[in-house]
Amino acid sequence: MSKPEFVYVTYIETTPDKLWQALTSSEFSKAYWFGTELRSDWRVGSPFALVMDGTTSDVGEILEYDPPRRLSYTFQHILRAEFRNERPTKVVFTLEPHGKFVKLTLTHEGFDGVPELLNAISNGWPAILSSLKSLLETGTALAIPLSALGTKGL
Amino acid sequence: MDDVFKALADASRRSLLDRLHARNGQTLNELCDGLDMTRQAVTKHLAILEVANLVTTIRHGREKLHYLNPVPIHEIGERWIRKFERGKLTALSELKRQLEKRDE
Repeated sequence: MSKPEFVYVTYIETTPDKLWQALTSSEFSKAYWFGTELRSDWRVGSPFALVMDGTTSDVGEILEYDPPRRLSYTFQHILRAEFRNERPTKVVFTLEPHGKFVKLTLTHEGFDGVPELLNAISNGWPAILSSLKSLLETGTALAIPLSALGTKGL
Repeated sequence: MDDVFKALADASRRSLLDRLHARNGQTLNELCDGLDMTRQAVTKHLAILEVANLVTTIRHGREKLHYLNPVPIHEIGERWIRKFERGKLTALSELKRQLEKRDE
């Protein structure tokens, strides 16, 4: 068992149900995830896709779906040729209520030493999580242009 | 946010974050290795960093692993950096980094 490469934590003033909805619905994800739609029927074993402006950038498979506690899927980037043959990585979201906050823990693991992919991911998640927090707490997502992260469209 | 600034206002704690930035997911033993700090001091600093949510831990088998959590730092940036400034700031820090680079 390899250890996760990234563990991110944010405390969001919301309910587990609302946070769960934000993690699994395109209506929300378009606001906080650089305009990305999440496509899946959310059954374990079902396909999962990230779609931006009609173009699929990443695909995967739902591994765990336990609302509103634990969500996990695999993740494979398919747009950029150099990442297309890499093994899929794994993302796990864990939600724990703490008073009026929900602790959201995100782990991402399974990078086979692809530094550029690691780099792109490490730029992306903190921005996505901050924007998600802002959306749920204030109703406004942070408008972070993808280009500002220097990840070249990943 | 006060917790974050307090936690960052200490060179030893920043060096612990640097070590995690260089290699994420370390045990307490790994973090102490080669450091000029007692294990007790490291434990104390890690507790302050954890309260500020700058360090997070997970159980991995029998080990407790420490991770740098940059989300609060990102939130600080979002508060004072406007989106159209971001590109220029990235260019400026890159310029500074290149110019100040030592031959290593």
